[in-house]
Amino acid sequence: MTDSIGTLVAATPSIDAVAEFFGMSRAALWVVLTGATTNVACALVGCYLVLRRMSMMGDALAHAVLPGLVVAFLFSGSTSIVPLFIGATICGLLTTFLTQTLHQYARVPSDASMGVVFTSLFALGVVLVKKFVGGLHFDIACVYEGTLELVSLAEPVAGVPRPLFTTTIVLFVNLAALVLLWKELKISAFDPALATTMGISATAMHYLLMTLVAVTAVASFEAVGSILVVAMLIVPAATAHLLTDRLWMMVLLSTLVGIASSVLGYWMASIWNTNIAGMMTVSAGLLYTLAVFFSPRYGICSTVLRNLRMSLRVLREDVLAMLYRVEELGSDKRLTVAEAGEAVGGGWLSRLGMRNLQQAGRIRRDGDMLQLTESGREAARQLVRSHRLWETYLVQHLGMPLDHVHEPAHRVEHFIDDRLREELESEITTDGQDPHGRKIPK
Amino acid sequence: MINLSLTDKVMIGTALLGGMSGVVGSFAVLRGRSLVGDMLAHAALPGICLAFLVIGTKSLLGLSAGALLSGLLAIVAVTSIVRWTRTKEDAAIGIVLSTFFGAGVVLLSLIQKPGVGGSKAGLDSYLFGEPGNMLTGDLVVLAVVGVAVLATVGLLFKEFELVCFDSDFAQSQGWPTLRLDLFMMASLAVVTIVGLPIVGVILMTAMIILPAATARLWTNRLRYMLQLAAAFGLAAGLLGTWLGRDLPAGAAIVLTAAAFFVLSILFAPQRGIVSRLMAEYRYRKRIEREHLLRSLYELGEGKADHESTIELQALRDYRYWRSLTKLLEQAADEGEVNLTQQVVELTPLGQRRAARLTKAHRLWELYMVQHVGIASDHVDRDADDVEHMLPEGLLIELEQKLASEGRLPEVAQEVPLSPHQLDSPSSEPPSEPSS
Repeated sequence: MTDSIGTLVAATPSIDAVAEFFGMSRAALWVVLTGATTNVACALVGCYLVLRRMSMMGDALAHAVLPGLVVAFLFSGSTSIVPLFIGATICGLLTTFLTQTLHQYARVPSDASMGVVFTSLFALGVVLVKKFVGGLHFDIACVYEGTLELVSLAEPVAGVPRPLFTTTIVLFVNLAALVLLWKELKISAFDPALATTMGISATAMHYLLMTLVAVTAVASFEAVGSILVVAMLIVPAATAHLLTDRLWMMVLLSTLVGIASSVLGYWMASIWNTNIAGMMTVSAGLLYTLAVFFSPRYGICSTVLRNLRMSLRVLREDVLAMLYRVEELGSDKRLTVAEAGEAVGGGWLSRLGMRNLQQAGRIRRDGDMLQLTESGREAARQLVRSHRLWETYLVQHLGMPLDHVHEPAHRVEHFIDDRLREELESEITTDGQDPHGRKIPK
Repeated sequence: MINLSLTDKVMIGTALLGGMSGVVGSFAVLRGRSLVGDMLAHAALPGICLAFLVIGTKSLLGLSAGALLSGLLAIVAVTSIVRWTRTKEDAAIGIVLSTFFGAGVVLLSLIQKPGVGGSKAGLDSYLFGEPGNMLTGDLVVLAVVGVAVLATVGLLFKEFELVCFDSDFAQSQGWPTLRLDLFMMASLAVVTIVGLPIVGVILMTAMIILPAATARLWTNRLRYMLQLAAAFGLAAGLLGTWLGRDLPAGAAIVLTAAAFFVLSILFAPQRGIVSRLMAEYRYRKRIEREHLLRSLYELGEGKADHESTIELQALRDYRYWRSLTKLLEQAADEGEVNLTQQVVELTPLGQRRAARLTKAHRLWELYMVQHVGIASDHVDRDADDVEHMLPEGLLIELEQKLASEGRLPEVAQEVPLSPHQLDSPSSEPPSEPSS
């Protein structure tokens, strides 16, 4: 493994050339790369955490592995990564098992059981650190904030700094797990019961995922600190979830968000000369906020816009139908602009709706009075027809009382098209009148 | 002012903190918001840093105000994310927690820079907790907050209880659930934030969850749960500080609280593992015994002359037994069977009990065949499982239903008439003889 990565690195254009291409120093490139590999490794498994609604498990595991790390450190006497991985994996599995068991057998609520387990294990870890590791450089603040700034100073392994080497390996492990078990992980994330009936052990997938999360968290601690790990397990995946409904797209997008927050975070941190890992977290949060507002399908802006467009359409159609009904009464009374606006709710929205209608040539103004044009009358006729057909249908087929059918028809009329009108007409028996005795226009 | 040694102050302070986090934690655990405490503890950091940058000193009150502000902001953020986007609550909590904390770390490193003019040493205690710094003034703050929390809970107990267990009902009754909810959250936030400098971020989360989850194992009544949670928190504070004199105090307190939890989960009367295992063991024993009695009855029934002795070998072949010898001995001790070398015989007592069980079994079988439409060769196993838990009332109902269709088995029908006149004490009071 080491060798192959060594050759890989040797084969690529010299790292300095790459750094120069992006216009940054070699050290800066190491930092961005370490951040990016960490973020991507986290984002890959994070997608499944978010989909399974177990996001806080990332936070829990990131803290609960502490006693495992201390014990592994005590046994091996070194901070080399392999024993730490083993300790973390055992601790991660223990956390998962205990959380599940407390929830299932002692009926502790699932969030409380997670909280109980990870905080207790963390406290145990803190005590172990104090008791046995003491003077050594086991700095807890470091676990939080990481030392991303110092990556380029770390001893090189296979031509790259050790933290980058570790995170790259974990990235490939996660990638391999995802590719090899794509179908299994997907089914058990969306429908564990179905997975079980198909002979895929949902439990095994759960534990596998938790192991990957624990290992990823530990591998990333050294470089970036737990806070970035917790953020990267959740934020890119949640961002991607706002942007797409397809799993492969979600994984891809979360990867991109991970890389983007690494670059953006480094850039902002170097501007203000502040903590890099913290800034990467903040930039991920910013990207999420952007997605919250501007996601094409699920964003707040597009939702508001969609709702606005819909209410404008309903309002326009209500105005047309109202004018049609007034004409139908056969009196000479015409509505003024103000009266019509008031009748459909008033305010700027109805003014906008009526201006739209005029521009589209559906209504025209005679002085202060409103008048349907020919095309407006035709549109209104179809609406009123929908309305009355629906009323008739409700009375004849659902047996609803006469005084209860206007409201539902008023709401539904905007969504009845030509085809449905024909279908409704063939379903009802009518002499051309709705149940209130008014004519159903053709 | 009374002169207290530092150890006394730390003990009193942590006990106060434990007590009140037990109370507010109970509501959080019951509302499924255990991890909100975690989020609040993390989200306080940027507020603390900003407050420090603004006021320039490390006054507890000022920093706490900043922490409270950013904590409340975090709650608002989570609520609106859940309300307005498709992100689920767990992810929303995680996002706000990590983003706020990340911002806090950034601010902290700005403060640390020379020129801004503060050392971050004092702020660090908010991350990891430093009970050793306890001042008398801090004790006063803790006591005031404690009294305020208790007063709030005392005044709004009925309302909180309703919102906790059935918020929809509370809303339909016209209670301002949103405001009550906010009150609960705010008290959680206040306690979390005064606790932060004492035990630190993660261990504050533990103080919110552990005593409450422990108390929940002991009782189903909110009133007792609150009292117990406060007691567990208090005890964890006192005991943890005392036991962990040369350990990090926060961690020692949390481990003590965790020990309470483990003990409770083992030994609590209803939800404890030991008592549940015992109940399960007793239940399994009862089922095995009932199977034995019914098997003996059915074997005896099969014999032409209703000879009541059964060979052990026949019993062994009849169905699977886990440990037949022990089972028979226990039944013999109860006086249900007579046991000799190779044969076993139901005593009259055993016969009676066996008949009742067999009746329950067959009634259920008949019911399944007739009313559920299950094939008659499929009902034995079902009835095997159900016979042990059929309540008396249901049996009578089954009996009447089957009797009305003329399908009641013989074994169930005949109960001899009583040889003496039966009084019915409920209808005729004994003091007044009927004329």
